[in-house]
Amino acid sequence: MKFNKLLTSAAVLAISAGAAFAEGEVIGFSQIGSESGWRAAETTLTRNQAEERGYQLQFSDAQQRQENQIAALRSFIAQGVDAILIAPVVATGWDSVLQEAKEAEIPVVLLDRMVDSDPSLYLTAVGSNLVHEGEVAGKWLAEAVGDKPCRIVELQGTTGSSPAIDRKKGFEQGIAGHANLTIVQSQTGDFTRSLGKEVMESFLQSENGGKDICALYAHNDDMAVGAIQAIKEAGLKPGEDILIVSIDAVPDIFKAMADGEANATVELTPNMAGPAFDALEAFWANGTVPAKFIQTESKLYTQADNPAGEYEARKGLGY
Amino acid sequence: MHGTLKRLAPQLIALATLIALVSVFYPGFLSVSLNDGRLVGPVVDVLKRSAPVALLAVGMTLVIATRGIDLSVGATMAICGAVAAYAVSAGYGLPVAMLLAIGAGLLAGLWNGCLVAIVGVQPFVATLILMTAGRGIAQLITEGRILTFTDPAFAFLGSGNLLGLPMPTWIWICVAVLTTLLMRRTALGLLIEAIGINRRASALAGVNAVVLLIAVYMAMGFCAALAGLVVTADIRGADANNAGLWLELDAILAVVIGGNSLLGGRFSIAASVIGALIIQTISIGIRLAGFPSEYNLLIKAVLVVVILVLQSPRFGTEWHYWRQQLQFKRLREGKIAK
Repeated sequence: MKFNKLLTSAAVLAISAGAAFAEGEVIGFSQIGSESGWRAAETTLTRNQAEERGYQLQFSDAQQRQENQIAALRSFIAQGVDAILIAPVVATGWDSVLQEAKEAEIPVVLLDRMVDSDPSLYLTAVGSNLVHEGEVAGKWLAEAVGDKPCRIVELQGTTGSSPAIDRKKGFEQGIAGHANLTIVQSQTGDFTRSLGKEVMESFLQSENGGKDICALYAHNDDMAVGAIQAIKEAGLKPGEDILIVSIDAVPDIFKAMADGEANATVELTPNMAGPAFDALEAFWANGTVPAKFIQTESKLYTQADNPAGEYEARKGLGY
Repeated sequence: MHGTLKRLAPQLIALATLIALVSVFYPGFLSVSLNDGRLVGPVVDVLKRSAPVALLAVGMTLVIATRGIDLSVGATMAICGAVAAYAVSAGYGLPVAMLLAIGAGLLAGLWNGCLVAIVGVQPFVATLILMTAGRGIAQLITEGRILTFTDPAFAFLGSGNLLGLPMPTWIWICVAVLTTLLMRRTALGLLIEAIGINRRASALAGVNAVVLLIAVYMAMGFCAALAGLVVTADIRGADANNAGLWLELDAILAVVIGGNSLLGGRFSIAASVIGALIIQTISIGIRLAGFPSEYNLLIKAVLVVVILVLQSPRFGTEWHYWRQQLQFKRLREGKIAK
């Protein structure tokens, strides 16, 4: 019996491998929703990538609900798609549906977020290393400041969220060994513009009207954009009086960089589908099993990297 | 006047104590300086940053006085902000954008009011509908992104200064004062209280409860629209996901700290507004004191609980009782000594 099953699965594998180079693979993509501009850009880029490679993309928006994602996955399995991409809304509760996909011989690639299930249940996960992002930001600042003493204020993400914890940790690693750099204030701005601005106002108050602050590190660009306004309203020049480095690389921070009001941003690329499709193609072609985690590049952009052009290139992506 | 002061005493004492407490951790809390013709200092920040909650609290006080509640105000803020940002970036100019935003707020209020007053849905459920759907509507307007604009006149509403004070401060003070005058110089306040205490009795006595209820929810929508305009102007962009998020709860809390009963009836707008100032003083105080973010919510919760316990009727009667006992004791001792 077991042997039989093995044989069938081998046959299925052979068939799917044989079909690999035929045009029009069907890919099922279960997206969390559209809670942020970044997420919208990820959807746009996944669609673009699929179109470029001649895939047929079945898109399902889960509107932040796991049950919708599980239902979408089951329907993809029933349709017999060639591969499934999923950005899981939560980490737990995926075992049974991933098992079903595995039994149906459909490779599953996780985008951007991880799950707690056994790694054998999915082909690979594509994502960014959040600690590394913070580290890139920290290293840039350490280099930009040099030997001067520098008091840094930090706008954290939502308290307790993994991007906030990891980006804080990474930044501290990045500036470690530079005793002239110290984080003097660190508060949550909840990843939002309005709180970024509000908390920055408090930082400016408690740091001698902002004259004592040498740099701002924000866990995302939106908070930095809010903080830039607070700095301007306090009569200081953001980008000159206070250096500004943040993470995400959304279009508005490039606009600020083009105006000289922000200094650097580390990209969290919304193009998770590109590496995912590359891995799938290799897998289909000759069964190459990719590493369980494919780390996307955390690219650093500064004012020297043509921010105006980057803004133009990104503004249509749905950020 | 003496009556008003007595009514506001618990809130004023709470605010003063809180300021003293914050000053211990951050000595410069009360310092204000003049910078380019505008006042700068933590207190000014409190006056500016409490604008959204204070504006919402004005409307919420009226709604709660009718024995209602409005959970949709945060979502309404997001809608109005999105409408205004959309209109401004489409080149309609500030007056039109403001009118459209306020119109959207009034419409949201009309919807809630009709559900409550005409259909008879419980306010909690009726406004929950718009609370859930509203943010979706706002996202449809902004297409899911942060809709930014550069119009300086609109930005002035959020970050401009008039006579040294920030614009948002002027806006909420004007709204609070004008609403209080409207309520107390006319019989309107009394009629609203009558509906809250007993809607049927007030209707039998000739109060047009249906129209008044709808009007109260529309006033709430108006306040939410102004709050939405302020937060949108402040960051020069409409953030449909985050504008006004959970602010309905802060507004309700402000009303409760203001000593107003959730069961309707007697209300004080001034007390609710002081409640909003208390909430903002806590938030800014925690930040200036430099506690780690992890403690923010805990500290806020503890302070709010302490304030509410001190204001509770039970505590009031106990306190009164002990004071009387103390007086009796002193009198008795005095007699013995003689």
